[in-house]
This record gives sequence, C-alpha cells and structure tokens, in this order.
Amino acid sequence: MSNANLLLVDDETAFLDTMKKRLSKRDFNVKTADSGMAALDILRENGHQTEVVILDVKMPGMDGIETLSEIKRKYPLVEVIMLTGHATVASAIEGMKHGAYDYLMKPCEIDNLVEKVMEASAKKRRHEQKIIEARMKEITQRMA
Amino acid sequence: MDSKAGVRADYYKSLKRNIFIAVVIVSFIPLLIFGGIIRYVFQTSYTDRVRAHLATMVKKHALEIDTFLTERQANIVSLACAYTYEQYADNTFLKEVLGRIQNAYGAVITDLGIINENGEQISYAGPFQLEDANYSDSEWFRHAISSDIYTSDVFMGLRGQPHFIVAVRSYENGKPWLFRATIDFRAFNDLVQSIHMGETGFAFIINRDGEMQTDFSPRMEADVNRYSKIFTQTITDSPALLSDEPLFDSFESGTEKEIIYVAGLLKKGEWALIFQQDHRDAYSNLYQARRVALLTLVLGGISIILMAFWVSRHTAIRIAEADKEKEIMNRQVIQSGHLASIGMLAAGIAHEINNPVAIMVEEAGWIEDLMEDEEFQESENLAEFTRALGQIRKQGLRCRDITHKLLSFARRSDQRIQFFNINDLIREIAELIAQHARYNNVTITLKLNENLPHIEASQTEVEQVLFNLINNAIDAIDKKGGHIRIRTWQDGGMIRFDIQDTGSGIPGSDLEHIFDPFFTTKPVGVGTGLGLSICYGIVKKMDGDIIVESTVGKGSRFEIRLPVPEAEMEPEQDWGVNIY
Repeated sequence: MSNANLLLVDDETAFLDTMKKRLSKRDFNVKTADSGMAALDILRENGHQTEVVILDVKMPGMDGIETLSEIKRKYPLVEVIMLTGHATVASAIEGMKHGAYDYLMKPCEIDNLVEKVMEASAKKRRHEQKIIEARMKEITQRMA
Repeated sequence: MDSKAGVRADYYKSLKRNIFIAVVIVSFIPLLIFGGIIRYVFQTSYTDRVRAHLATMVKKHALEIDTFLTERQANIVSLACAYTYEQYADNTFLKEVLGRIQNAYGAVITDLGIINENGEQISYAGPFQLEDANYSDSEWFRHAISSDIYTSDVFMGLRGQPHFIVAVRSYENGKPWLFRATIDFRAFNDLVQSIHMGETGFAFIINRDGEMQTDFSPRMEADVNRYSKIFTQTITDSPALLSDEPLFDSFESGTEKEIIYVAGLLKKGEWALIFQQDHRDAYSNLYQARRVALLTLVLGGISIILMAFWVSRHTAIRIAEADKEKEIMNRQVIQSGHLASIGMLAAGIAHEINNPVAIMVEEAGWIEDLMEDEEFQESENLAEFTRALGQIRKQGLRCRDITHKLLSFARRSDQRIQFFNINDLIREIAELIAQHARYNNVTITLKLNENLPHIEASQTEVEQVLFNLINNAIDAIDKKGGHIRIRTWQDGGMIRFDIQDTGSGIPGSDLEHIFDPFFTTKPVGVGTGLGLSICYGIVKKMDGDIIVESTVGKGSRFEIRLPVPEAEMEPEQDWGVNIY
C-alpha cells in the first residue's frame, strides 16, 4: 500500500522523471503528465484513484490555473498542490481561489513537498470519509 | 549639450521675434488703414468746406465793394447831369452841392471839381486849395476825357494824399467837360480792412499793375509783384473768372509757410480783392485734428508695441516651459518603458533559469536519495559526495532566491500611487546597491527616523530617484573610497531625506545645470544626463522639492522634500467639540 496516489504535471520531462523517481522511492504511486490536457486525460482514465495532483503553474498551452479549475470542476475531491516559479502573493491567492490546497516555490525541498502531499492526501481521505459517513447516515435514515 | 541649448535659445528668440512682428503688423495695419481713410475723408471734406467758406466770403465782400463803387459812380453821374456847366462853374454853387451830398452820404465824397477840356479846374469845392489847378498832364485826365465815366486807381495826386476819383464827362456847346469827385480813401480802405479771419487772414485790393489800392499791411509780401502775378495769372488762366467766381492760389512763401490766396475781381476786372491767410491758420482745425490723430497713433503704437512685446515674451516662455515639460515627460516615458522592458526581460530570464535549476536540484536530490541505499554507505567518499550534493542543492536554492528578487523588482515598474514607508524603500535599495558600493570602496550608512508617516507616491518613481541619487553619489567618489550617508526625518508637513557623499563635489558653474536634461559630466556612453532631470521631474510632480549643496573636494548633498499626504497628517487633538 503506497502512501498516496499522485499525479505530477509539468512541461519539463526531465523534472517529471526525477521527481517520479524520488517520490516513488518515498512510497508514492506516481503518474506523470507533461501538459494540462494530458493530466485531464489521465484523471479521466483512473479518476478516483488519484488523490493529489502536483501542478506547475507555468506551462505552455493550458496553463496551471486553467488546469486547476478544470480538475476542481470535474473531480472536486482531488487535492491540488501548485508549484510556482515566482512566489507572488497574487498567483498564490489566485491558485487558492480556484481551490488549490497549497503552493510551493520551485525548486523546493523534497521533504517540504512530501509533507504537503501527506497533508493533502490526509485531507482528501478525511473528506471522503465524511462523504461516506454522510451517505451511510442517509441510507440508515432512509431504512429507518 | 551647450550647442543644443544654444540652438534652442535661438529658436525661442526667433519665435519671440516672429510673434512680436506678427502682433505688431496685425495691429498696425488696420490702425493705419483706418486712420488713413479717416484722415483722407476728413481732410478732403474739411478742405472743401474751408475753400467754400473763403470763396463765399470773398465773393460777398467783392460784391459789397463793387456795389459801393457803383453806387458812388451812380451818385456822381446823377449829380453831373443834375445841373449845367454854367451852374457848376460857380464855386459857391459847387460848395453848396458838396455840402448837400456830404449831408446825404456822409464824408465819403471829399471834394468836387469842374474841369474843362484843357484840364483846367474851373471850379472846386473841398478842403484843399485846388482852384485853378491844371490836370492836363495827369494820366487820369487823359483817360477821363476820353470816356463817359472814369474811376481812377488810387494815387497821390496834387494833394499828396492817397485818393481816387470818379469823373463824368459831359458836353457844353460841343466841348467836353468833366465833373470830378474825390472818394474818401479812408472810408473805402476801412471797408476792405474790416475783412479779416482767424489770426492771419486779411484782405486788400490791387490793380492790374500790382499797385496797392488799399493800405499796405505789415503781413503782406514785401514783393508786391507776386500779387500782380496772381492777378494777371487769374485773368489769363481763366477768363471765366471775370464773372464772379473767386479764384484760389497758394504757394510757399520764403518763410516756409504755405499761404493761400483768394482773389475776387472788382471794377470789371481792373481791380482784384485779394484775401490772404496762412494755410496753417485757415485750416487750424484740420491741423489740430491731425495733431490729435498723430498723438493717438503714437500712444496707440506704443501700447501696441508694449503689448506685442509682452505677448510675445509670455507666449515664448509658455511654449518653452511646455516644451521642457514635454521633453521631461517624454524621457520619463522612455525611461519607464526602458525599465518595463528590463523588467520583462528579467522576468523571462528568471522563469527560464528557474526550471533548469529545479531539475538540477531534483537530480542532486535523487542522487542523495540513492546514496541512502546500502551499497553506497560503505563508500569511502560518502561524506564528500553528501557535502557536494548538499552544496548543489544549497546553491540551487540561492539561484531561486536571486531569480525571485529579480522578479519582484521587475514587477514593480509601475506608476500606481501607493502608501509606503520611505525607510523600508531606502533599506531595500541600500541593500541592493551595497554590492556595487563595496566594489567602489564606498560604505553606506543609514540614519533613519523610524517615526515617519507613509508617503503617497509611485514606489517605482521614488525608487528611481533614490537609485539615481545613490548611484551618482557612488560615481562621485573616486577609487580611494568614501562614505555615503542617507538620512530621513520629518519637518512640519514635509518628509525629508538626504543623500550625502564624500565625493568630488560639483563646481558652481555646473551646479545650476545639473537638473537640465542631457547635462552630464560623465564620459560619453557612461551617463545619459537624464538621471537628475528625471529625479527633478518626479519630485516636482509630487509637489516636492529637490535641493543640492556641494563643495568641491568635500562632497555633495541632495535633499528631497516630499509632502506628507493629508491622510497621514496628525489629526488635531480637539476633544471639546466635534463638528461634522
């Protein structure tokens, strides 16, 4: 059982490869996508398995913020951590507004990233737990 | 730079001159045209009026004098026919007749005489002892004996007094005799001399030979021939004037005055009544009007010139100011555009560098991860590997910090007005510039008053001012090194800060030009000469002030004063009353 199922999105494949190796070594199940569109495709295929998406803000084509909105619209329970090149309050706020869990400055310490990912996945699991409980309550109430 | 300023000064000078000329021309041309037309119309109509007036006057008096002469003639003709030669030959009878005439007409007729065909005076009545006088040699006698009625010119005659006579020829037994009457010259003279106008207008009578028929006047021309010339000219030039239209003539007399003459013919063209007046006197109103007009023109001209001078000066100054502002603004636009493009470039570089750095850091991290595996733990260089990888990661993170700083600088090139603390800005810039200062052996100390209110301005612009001033200060300090002190304090409604260096100082002759655009003492290519002029523009735009003090060899001090925004002013501590 891995720590969490991750999806890593960045246009730099070299970055993706290394990060995948490093995170896999830390017992994460990592999938990668080199663009926003590819990320959405992967989520469509095995949508509910993915718990946390690590998303670069600056990408050609569909950029980080657009991809974030799209992910949040289709899979509201998936948590997203933004990786940003420039740690501006403005871009952070924008990411948060669109439902990102947190943001990190690139390049970042792997330990920080792992910590955030763990928090995010925990949050996601808590959410799912609550939803299951709510549903169960509903069902039991209906049965009663 | 000097030649450029010179060209510019020349341009404004010629602009000023052109405006001046244009205003003067535009103002003067209508004035002169209008004045000229008015003058012409006025002069023409006034001249015509004066001439008509003089003509009427002369005509009237000529008629009057002619009537006088005709009447006297008629009197004498009727007397001559009234009695016979025998009756008149009697002296006592003649005296009686004279007495009756003088009773009826006054003393106009002085004496009477009867003269026979031989020119002998048969009888005489009058104040002179002229009985038995013989006129056979007199010119008047020869004329009189050959015509029915004869009126003589004025002459002295036997009695030695000016007079003229009227003689009527009658026949007794086929022999002619003359009835002669002497007309009192005085009465006649007074009649003519009563004609005068203005200060110099007077009249007299001459005959065809130019001989005076009235008293000589002191105002008259010494050369009497001139009058006779007028007279003869009158008759030869325009015989029509023998009727009764008066004739005008005027000429410059020797004494440079123009004199007008009006001549009316008398006694069937034998005499002429001449009226003489100085042109200046006759047209005195015209001359006065001319003087007033001239004065008005001169005063108007002076005021036009003064106004034109003022307008041209004012306009040129305003245009020069506007040009200067425009130039400074242009430069600021260029400068801020320049900064913005530098900012974009920096942002691009930061992004581009960031990704490779991230990859490098991650790769190093991956190796570190792998090193944790068992087989590497035995390696003798493990510590060295770990240190090297740690260093790679550390330097990678340092690169990130640099690119982030670059980005945050680039982002700030905007003109938005913000509230901010000047101290923070000074610290930030001092830190940024510290490296550059160290290369030049310059130390920077800050003496900042921490209780300053915020200022309201574009942070980028204030930053630009600080950058320029601090860079200039560093440039002013030579290789031996020096010191820069930056202070902030508050003085009333002004926040002040100054930058004091221990550099070379600015010579007095340069001091007045340092805020001029393109003025620089740095070598070509090193300075643009824009820094201080931009600072000046920015500070002035914020209603602030920039002051420079400098001593050659000791250094310079630039002080900036910026107003405290109203929102930051301490409210009045007035607890008693609150009125809203």
